This record gives sequence, C-alpha cells and structure tokens, in this order.
Amino acid sequence: MEHNCNNCGSCETGFDPVERVEFTKEMKKDYTILIPNMLEIQFLLLRNVFRSYGYKMELLTNDSRAVVETGLKYVHNDTCYPALLVIGQMIDALKSGKYDLSKTALMITQTGGGCRASNYIHLLRKALKKADLGYIPVISLNLSGLEKNSGFHWTLGLIRKLVAAMAYGDMMMLLANQVRPYETVKGAADKVTTQWVNQLTDEFAAGRGFAKRVMRSYMEKIAADYAAVPVDRSVERVKVGIVGEIYVKFAALANNHLEEFLASEGCEVMVPGLMSFILFKTDNRIEDVKLYGGSGLKKGIATVLFNYLSGMEEFIIDIINEQGVFKAPTSYAHLKKLVDGIVGYGSKMGEGWLLTAEMLELIENGYGNIVCAQPFGCLPNHIVGKGMIRRLRELHPEANIVPIDYDPGATRVNQENRIKLMLSVAREQLASKQPTKADSTQNSYKREPAKV
Amino acid sequence: MKIGLDVGSTTLKCVVLDDDNKIIYKSYKRHFAQITESTIELLKQLQSEIKGAGDAVLSVSGSAGMGMAEACNIGFVQEVYATRLAVKSLIPDADVVIELGGEDAKILYLDGTMEVRMNGSCAGGTGAFIDQMATLLAVTPDDLNELSHGCEKIYTIASRCGVFAKSDIQPLINQGARKEDISASIFNAVVNQTIAGLAQGRPISGKVVYLGGPLTFMDGLRSAFDKSLKLTGICPDNSLYFVAMGAAFGSDIGKNTATLSESIERISGYRTEGKYLACPPLFTSQSEYDEFAARHAADKVEYASPESYKGKAYIGIDAGSTTVKAVVMNENRDILCSLYRPNSGNPVPIIREFLTDFYKKYPDIKIASSAVTGYGEEIVKNAFAVDFGLVETMAHFFAAKKFMPAVDFIIDIGGQDIKCFKIRNGAIDNIFLNEACSSGCGSFLQTFAGALGQDIAEFAKEGLLAKAPVDLGSRCTVFMNSSVKQAQKDGATIDNISAGLSISVVKNALYKVIRAASADSLGEHIVVQGGTFLNDAVLRAFEQEIGRNVVRPNIAGLMGAYGAAIYSMDCAKGESTLLDAEKLADFKHDVKVVTCGICENHCRLTVNTFDGGRKFIGGNRCERPTLKGGSSEHYDLYEYKLSLLNEYNTKPEKPRARIGLPMGLNMYEMLPFWHAFFTKLGFEVVVSPRSDRKLYISGQQTIPSDTVCFPAKLIHGHIEALLKSNVDAIFYPCMTYNFDEKLGDNHYNCPVVAYYPEVIGANVPDIADHKITFIRDYIGVHRPKDFAVKIYEILSKYFKGLDKTAVKAATEAAYAERDNFLIKVRTKGEEYIKIAREKKMPIIVLAGRPYHVDPEINHGIDRLVCECGAVVVTEDAVSHHVEKFKVAVLNQWTYHSRLYAAAKYIAGQDDMNLVQLVSFGCGVDAITTDEVREILEREGKIYTQIKIDEITNLGAVKIRLRSLFSACEAKQRESGK
Repeated sequence: MEHNCNNCGSCETGFDPVERVEFTKEMKKDYTILIPNMLEIQFLLLRNVFRSYGYKMELLTNDSRAVVETGLKYVHNDTCYPALLVIGQMIDALKSGKYDLSKTALMITQTGGGCRASNYIHLLRKALKKADLGYIPVISLNLSGLEKNSGFHWTLGLIRKLVAAMAYGDMMMLLANQVRPYETVKGAADKVTTQWVNQLTDEFAAGRGFAKRVMRSYMEKIAADYAAVPVDRSVERVKVGIVGEIYVKFAALANNHLEEFLASEGCEVMVPGLMSFILFKTDNRIEDVKLYGGSGLKKGIATVLFNYLSGMEEFIIDIINEQGVFKAPTSYAHLKKLVDGIVGYGSKMGEGWLLTAEMLELIENGYGNIVCAQPFGCLPNHIVGKGMIRRLRELHPEANIVPIDYDPGATRVNQENRIKLMLSVAREQLASKQPTKADSTQNSYKREPAKV
Repeated sequence: MKIGLDVGSTTLKCVVLDDDNKIIYKSYKRHFAQITESTIELLKQLQSEIKGAGDAVLSVSGSAGMGMAEACNIGFVQEVYATRLAVKSLIPDADVVIELGGEDAKILYLDGTMEVRMNGSCAGGTGAFIDQMATLLAVTPDDLNELSHGCEKIYTIASRCGVFAKSDIQPLINQGARKEDISASIFNAVVNQTIAGLAQGRPISGKVVYLGGPLTFMDGLRSAFDKSLKLTGICPDNSLYFVAMGAAFGSDIGKNTATLSESIERISGYRTEGKYLACPPLFTSQSEYDEFAARHAADKVEYASPESYKGKAYIGIDAGSTTVKAVVMNENRDILCSLYRPNSGNPVPIIREFLTDFYKKYPDIKIASSAVTGYGEEIVKNAFAVDFGLVETMAHFFAAKKFMPAVDFIIDIGGQDIKCFKIRNGAIDNIFLNEACSSGCGSFLQTFAGALGQDIAEFAKEGLLAKAPVDLGSRCTVFMNSSVKQAQKDGATIDNISAGLSISVVKNALYKVIRAASADSLGEHIVVQGGTFLNDAVLRAFEQEIGRNVVRPNIAGLMGAYGAAIYSMDCAKGESTLLDAEKLADFKHDVKVVTCGICENHCRLTVNTFDGGRKFIGGNRCERPTLKGGSSEHYDLYEYKLSLLNEYNTKPEKPRARIGLPMGLNMYEMLPFWHAFFTKLGFEVVVSPRSDRKLYISGQQTIPSDTVCFPAKLIHGHIEALLKSNVDAIFYPCMTYNFDEKLGDNHYNCPVVAYYPEVIGANVPDIADHKITFIRDYIGVHRPKDFAVKIYEILSKYFKGLDKTAVKAATEAAYAERDNFLIKVRTKGEEYIKIAREKKMPIIVLAGRPYHVDPEINHGIDRLVCECGAVVVTEDAVSHHVEKFKVAVLNQWTYHSRLYAAAKYIAGQDDMNLVQLVSFGCGVDAITTDEVREILEREGKIYTQIKIDEITNLGAVKIRLRSLFSACEAKQRESGK
C-alpha cells in the first residue's frame, strides 16, 4: 500500500519476461472472475457487491487435497502456505473443467507491503505460465495503484459498498461466534446468519442496504435476531481467541478447520474481524509519514479513508453495545493503545503490530487462551507473533498462548495435540476459577465427531 | 484400581494403580506401528492376569492413542498434561521436567508460571533421531550410550533438525573421527536442540526431572544435559511411566469413561481401514508387475568372468555417504567384479579388504587405472594412492551415457542425497542437489524399515501390491514421521505405509528438489539410479508420477563407481599409482584428532596418516592446515569487505558516550554510515566482536522462534556481547526501508531485518527490564533530508545537549561515508575482475546479503570458491552496472534488487558465473531464487544456489562448486571447438 513508484506498467524497459494479460473492458462483459474464499460470511457479501457492479464473480470452494498438491507442483515449496493454497486452489479450479477457460479471469489481493504477500500475484502468474494457463488474466485487487486494468475500476461507490459488506460480515461473524456454543437448538445461530446473508444478497442486488441509516436499522435487527436465539449460558465455556497471519487465521482450508475443531472441544471462539486489519493498513500510510516524513497529500488521502473506516467501526460498536447482550469488538484506537511500548507502530509488514495488539485485546476481553496461527516460516510472525509471546506472558502470566505452524506437511494430529494441551491448561484455569462448574463443562457437552 | 495407557509413537506403556495410587503392574513394549493389535493384546493380558482389572477405569494418553481413544469413547488425557499431573503428585517440588520420547521433546516449567513446551513441526524427534544416528554409526542405541563415555572431543553437530545433524555426522564418519567422540557429540546435539528449541530464553534451573525412554536408558544423555545445564537432574523411579500414570490420575477429567473390559470390547470393534488419504496403488495386479519387471530387466551392463580374464582392468570407487561401492571392469567395459557395502562409518578398511581380496584372487588382472568419487573421495584417494578423483555428478553422467547415449536427465537417489542433473549438448547443464531439509530419503526408508523390524528390501517390496498407499505428502523426513504417525492412527497397514513412503520419496525428489511441473520439464531420456531406485516400489512410483517410462540400469546402485571406472579408463596414463598387492600388505592407517591453531576458527582436525607418509586431514574449513608452506594467492572480495568493515574502529578523543552496535544483519551494510554519524557527533562506537560459535551459544537462550534464519539468531549473541562491554546504550534501530538504489519498485528491508530489534527488545531479559538504554526506534534512511530532523528528535530522547546543526553535519558525513564504502568495494571489485581476466581465472559473483560476509554465516564458502581457482566478487560490486529493469516479481527489497541486477549483469559476461547464497528459513529467497534462476537461464547461464544454515556441510558445497566448474569448462570446450 505504501508503494512509492506509481508503477502503471508503462515503463518499457526492454524485454518483459511476463507480459501481463490485462483484464479489458470487453472481458468484463462475459468473463467469470474467480476469487479465493477466506471468510465465509464476509467474502460472500463482498462477492455480492461486485456482482451488483456487473462483475461475474465466483468464490472458490474446492478444498480437496488436490489443492495442496497443485500448489506444491506450481509454487516454490518454501513460499508461504497461503500463497501455495490460494494458487493451488485457483489452478485446481481452472483445471477442473467447470469453467470456460477462454472466458475466465482470476482476482487476488495485493497489499504492497514489505512482506512476501505482495508477490502472490506474481507467483500466481508464474504458476499459470508453468501450467500453460498464462493467457488467463489476473486482476490485482489493491488500493495503491500497483496494477491497473481497463475492465476493472474503483469507484467511490464500490469502495463504500465493499466497506459496508465487510462491516455486516464482521458483525455477523462476531455475534454468531458468541451465540453458537450456547444455543439450545443446534444450528440456530447459523440459521440467523444464512437468513441475513440471503436477505442482504437480495438488497445488494437491488442496490440497497448501504445507506448508513438503512445499515443501522438492519444491524440492529441482526443483533436482535442473534440475541433472540435461545441459549443456555449456565455452563461457562473455555474461551479461545484466534490470531495470526490473515489467511491462515481465517480460512478453514489453511488452518485445518480450526474453528470447527475448537467448537467440537466445547469452546467459545473469538476471531477478530477484517475491519481492524483494513484500518491498520490504512493507518500505516499515515504512520509512515509521521515516522519518516513525506507527502502531506498522501497522508491526507489516507486520513480521509481512515476516518471513514473508523466511523464505520464505531458505528458497529455502538450498535452492539446498545443491544447489550454481546461483547463488541475492540476499537482500533484502543488496540493501538494496548500495544504502546510493546511493539512500535512502524512495524507494519504483514499483520505487524496489529497481531500483538489483538492478542492483548483477547487477553483483556477474557479470551486469554489463544491460538496464534501462522504459516510455517512466516517472516512477520517471527517478530510480532512468536517474538512477542514471552513479553505478553510477562505482562499477563495467565495468558495461555499456543503458536501453531501450518504448511503442506504439518499434520492435523500434531496441531490438534498441541491445541489440546493448551485446552487442558485452559480448563484447569477455568476450574480453579469456578470449581463447581468446571466438571460439568466437560460432561454436558455432546460433541460431534471431527471430520478427517 | 485405575489403569493408565500411554500410546507413544514407538512404544506402549501401561500401568495399573491400586486405590492408593501404588503401581501394581507395569509394562513397556514396542508396538511396531500395530497400535490397535498391540493394545488389545496388552489389555487382554491385563484382564486375565490381574484380578478385578476388568472393572477398573482405563484412561489413555499419547498422541498415537488420541484417535483410538476418541473413536472408542475411552478417557483421554493429553500427554504433556498427563506428565504434569504425575509429576505434581509424585515429585511436588520439581521445577522443570525434561521429557524426551520417541519423536517428541518436551519441557515443562512447573515453578512460577506453569508452562509447557513441545517441539515444533521443524524440530525432529529425539528418540527416533538417536536411533537413526546409531544406525548411521552401525551400533545399537545402547552401544552409542556406552561409546559416549569414552569421549575426548565434542564436535559441533547441527542441533535443529535430525536431517542436518546427519549431514554433519556423515563427513565426520568419512573423515575417520572416533565413534566415541561422535556419540557424545550426538547427545550434545540433542541437548542443544532441546534447550535452543524449547527453552527459548526461559532458564532451566532448580530441581530438574528427566523422563521418557532415551533419558531413562542413556546415562550419557543425562550427563550431557547435566553438563550443559550445570546442575544434576534426577531420573526418578518409573521414569518411563509418568505419562501412563498421569493418564490414570486424570481418568476423571475426560468427557468419556470406560472400564478395561468395555475398552477391550470397543477397541476390538474399532476398524479404521481406509480413513486416511490414499494414492492410487502402484500395481493393480501381479501380471502388471511382472511386465514392469521384464521391461527393466533389459537395461543392463554385461558381467564378464574375472577368472578367465587376463589383461588390463579399471577400478572405480564410489565412497558414498552411507555405502561404499566399487567396480572393476575390463577394456570392453564389462564388469568383472563389484562391491556394494554399507559404509559402517569408515570406507578405508572396506576398500582395503576388497583390493586385497581382488589381488589375491585374480593375480593375472592388471589394474591400469583407478578413480574415486563421492563423499569419501579425498580420504580414499590419499589412503590408496588412487589415480584420479572426480566429482560425483560427472561420474554419474559418464555411467548413464553408457545406458542411454541421448540421456538428458539423470536422477540419483542415494542414502541421503538426491542428485539430479540436466544434460544439454553433452554437458551437465543444471544440477539439483537436495537442500538440507529434504535429504535423507533413502536412509529414511531404511530407518523406517528398521523401526518395524524389517530390512529395507523386504519392507519396500511389501508395498508393491498395496491397495491404498498412504498419501504422505512431499516434505522433509521429520514431517513424514508425523504423517506416518497420523496414518497409523487412521489404521493404515504396513503395506500401504510402505508404498506411501516410496511414493513420498519420489514426490520429495520431484517437487521439493527439482520442483518439476511436468514430465516434459525433466527431459525425454531419463536415467534413474542410486541405491534407492533398486526398490521396484520407488521406481514404479517415479514412473507413475512423471507419466513416462525411464531406464534403471541393472547396476543402479553402482553407477557412481562404474562412471569413475570409465573416467579412469578414458584418462589412463599407462601406469596406475594405485597401491599394489605388496604395498597393500604394509597398509597402515592412524587417526589423530588435533585442534588447528592457524586461525581463530580452531577447527577440529582429524589427521589420518597412512604408511609411506600419505596423509589426509579432514574437518578443516580452509586449506591452510593442508597446504605446505605459504598461503596461496587469492582474490576474495568477501575478505576485502570484511577487512574494510574492521577498519571502522576509530573513536573521538573524549567521547560523550559509548554506543554499542550489534554486528549482524543489516549492520553489515549500515556500519560505515552509523560509525561516521556517531563519531562525528562525538560518540564512541563499540562494535560487537566477530561472530563465532561461542558468541552464538551465549545468545541462544533468548531466541523466541526456532525457525527464523540463522543470521537473525546470531544477533542474540552480539547483543549479549554488547551487554558485557560496558556501553552506555545499544543502538539497533528498526528500519522498514533501506536506501533507495533505484534498482527496484521499492526499497524495503525484509521483515526480519526490518523489525528484529523488536524481538531483541522483547526477549533479552536485561533489555526488556530496561537495565540498559536500548534504542530501537524506527528510522528511515531513504529520505536523507527528513532523516536529519527525525534522528535529532529520536536521539534527543536518550542524550542531552545534542545540537541540531551538528546532527545535520553528522548526517552528511554518514551519507558520504556510505558512498565512500560502496565506491571502495566497487573499485576493488573492478580490480579483481581485471586481474582475473589477465590471469584467465573464472569469476564467481557470490551473491547474497551484506551479512553473508560474516564468516560464521558463510562458513568460508568464499574461500572454498577461491580454492577452486576462481576470483570472488560480491553482488553489490557489480549491481550498479545495471539500470532498473523489469522482472517477473515485485522488485521491492533493496538487497534483493541487487541480486536481480547482478544476475542480469553477469548474464552478459562470458567468464562470470553467479552462485547465490541463501540462508535457510529465508522466506524472501523463496521468491528471489526462482527469479534469479530465470534471469540467468534466459541467457543460457547455469544457476547455482547454496543453502546455508547454522552448520553447513562444506563437502556438499564443494560438489556443487566443482560441478559448476566442470560444466563451465565443458561449455567452454564446446564453444572453443
């Protein structure tokens, strides 16, 4: 995002080893755009916004072992796991025969930070070439002007609607997670989610649901619907937070269905949403200018976006607080304050200081049992994940954090074993707090078998 | 009565406790991967032997027991938690527990904040590791323990992962180091691995308890821990059974309960077949296999009878890492006799026996020439006065040509190496050797077979007709171990595991080492060889995976030796220098270990002396101890850069304060800048001392992430050194951005270089507790004007009385000194290139990062290149010749932009080649290596990459370099014609 050169693809310096295939206006008409799925609710809503703008967009859901195998085949094996999975998933889909390859494009995010993730798009193009699919256009989804396509345009309206979709999605994920473990009728919370996703899909298609006033009324209704799900909170659950590299933390494909596993162990799971990450990435541009000097204009533009996003965040927090039943997300401003003196605000690559802040937030909110999920060898996580655990434990001795590495070779049994150890300690802590209820936590929960 | 069962990765441990928690029965046995069967057998035995046991509650623990317990609704206690329960009740005053199991290492801190640490996915198992090392030394684990008592020297063995350790041990064995010393060094490596990987900065002190198989059975290992921790730990009674006891103690905490008799019933009904991920079978029928076997039987070299042969013969020897091979052939290149033997740690006596035997049996055959290749090339060459030595890659090429003259791809999977070469226009064009983390494939199969009590041939055969081979993925062996564990949990049978392992060996080679996208990218004419391909299962898996038939010579295991024999014949000078029967009778071999005192490396040398004064010295990092008088002339820009950096030691007369700079990572780039800056401002700059092993170990305890790159780990040692050097402040700023050299789209540092100061700040106790001023503010040098303003603000937080104008002047001095440094390096580079061209020496651009100049990081690879007769220059000495150009990746890191530029530059220079140094664990290089390779190959250049880590096997590096030079020479010959 903090890209200096306005690389528009126009500098013609000699031989271009990979001639980028542009996504043209003509393609927009009848090309299907495939995008990876990172978050069930949010991405579905985001897709719907894009559709309402005439993009024929599909979320990829293929998640067989073939995805990993394809990734291993076409991507450098030491590259981070998310790249391997996302690229593997895309090529696997292209080769599935489900799509007309002469009318298919791909879309991938490009953050442009100092982390390897900014290179995913290039790795994807290399892989496509290797797989003889080099003609497939790839659209870079970025707000930094890294790459442009005549068939894909940002408009203020689109940005506003995407932000709204993300806000809805974050809220629904947050509330569903707080209801699901306690619901007396299995599946009741997910029913609310499905119903609202459907309703919002219809609204979006009709170009509605984005005005702040409308959002407020919908969000209040959403909160009320979740609050109305019959629950039994007499038994205290082990509360587990998930932080980590953004894709591994969110995507079940990458984290071996971590949330499902934790649910099967009877835990309540808290996963901080997307909004803080987007705020973080925007704020980085402002911090950059503060730390190193630079263009006031750039800072100005970032500040406008930042203020807009913070407004939206505040909006959700207010609604949830007014509702009164649920724990609202921690504001970005508070997250930033939490990490003050622990990691510098200049630490911006990957999840940067935000990851450490989210661990602190979880501890503060009673989710001190934390799974820190990262791709094996993730560079920023050496610093802000594993690198900070010791410091956090000094500050919060009760913090019970387990870092888990994910990669194509890591087996689920090892990961689950380590998480179970964390849970044993968590249960012990819970029991020492409430000696009367602890045992019943274990026994009352009817678990369903984990998928293998 | 309660029953606890601990299902480990290799063993079953079971205890029966009475109502007072006293043990009334215990059992410990290997389960040979037959978990369900062994468990039922054991439980039935309990039921019949112990009265009333049937109604006692059974509680299971151990990672291999998790699936079974869950599926059968039997109580389960996580194993570390079980240990904790047992220790809490039996040794309440224990502070720390160290528990090593078959594949796990754990530390439990019980004092203060309770914490449990288990080995991560990278740190290999320890019990299995020791077994593997014992196999390598051809002793039992018990012998290994006995041997360790007689140790005199400790060698440095990589402590992170078993695979690395193995490649350190192999050269030691080959160089003839004493088994006693190696044994103790192995234990020492386990200790380091446990401390570095698990303790991660938290000291191990107080009452320490040792648990688990390896620590129970091996007192040598316990004393290695005692020595390293400087305390005496205890190994309590029943130290093998703590997990099992903990399981029994915790039988009431799980959500399930079952009595023994209920458990037996449920486990008996527990069928897990087919739940794991499976690959297609290797063969669907016996007839399919027969057809396959018949096709391969046709690829053969003829054997001739040595009894009837009289005349000239040629000997080729391949002293490999795990086996010794030799071939004697006649002038028709038919094989007269051959040898294929496990190396048992020392190739010398095996070859001596072979030669003695040969001379005795066939006095009429005259050896006309001889050649040796492989890991043990040098020692064998010296021991027996062998005529020629050649690099293994060439030996294999010569042999493969005999079977398939049009061969364009050779893959050799041996004991612990995978070697692949592409051949273009009759010369080796590209070489892939396995990097540290994927090696060990052949011997992995062997070790695994051993764990199941079978020999490798028998084990591999079992998989041939397996119906549903386990899909084990394609990662390093440590991961495969746990994949196997998972498959066992899911009920995979041995035949399916065997087939799965064979398939994973192949996948590893294809996708990890060669990274092939399709069969076509390998070549059309493929020869496979190496001992591992003697297994039909592996061969079949390979053909299936690439979708093409290949040639496996009938001497697949002897190809190196056969190629060496061919080479010796082609180069024969008439008379062979090889020891004849008479000289062989007087053969003597003595091994002495000495410490080299020539430089501060203090290498442990193994000096092998043979009769007649022939000598071989191993263990040396450079050639100085082996050179007779005077060092050779060499041009090494790494050395120059290092000496230039050492000159930044001036200080002002009355310094206002002493500032410490840790000499690691980007400080190798920034030192001229900061030194000029601070000196100008009146500070004395104190640079941390030169890196060495001791310095590294001193900081090891505070490393929080065991998978970060070695250069980053080394910083911890430099910080420790600075803490002891009485400085007023340590200056180690965070730097998101680097200088903008206008070579890329942006100018970042990598995340580790950029933010490592944060890790130091959070993990080094004295710094976290603010015992010293630690300046880790975020600083940008990419905007010189803003820099002066910002650095003034930052430093004013720490030092009083700074003057704005003085800071501005110091800033100018800093930027000027950086330019000055760059110019010096470039000028010297030009000078060396000129000399090289005058002397017709090849030029190698040893491309890496600025910190690869540290000899502790590069392990003397720069000197090794010089010893091969080349001139070494750095990437930053040539990168400025190139203007910004478009690459196929986002070119956004300053150091990496230099790599692309250097590659682009040398592509146009006939006498230059590029060797890229890559630190193990460097995530960014996953991107750069492919791109540098593409830039070079587009211009028809050979790409060579060397992965370096904490310890690097220079033997393997040498193979790479020699192969590169051989290929270049061949290319030159081609173009000269």
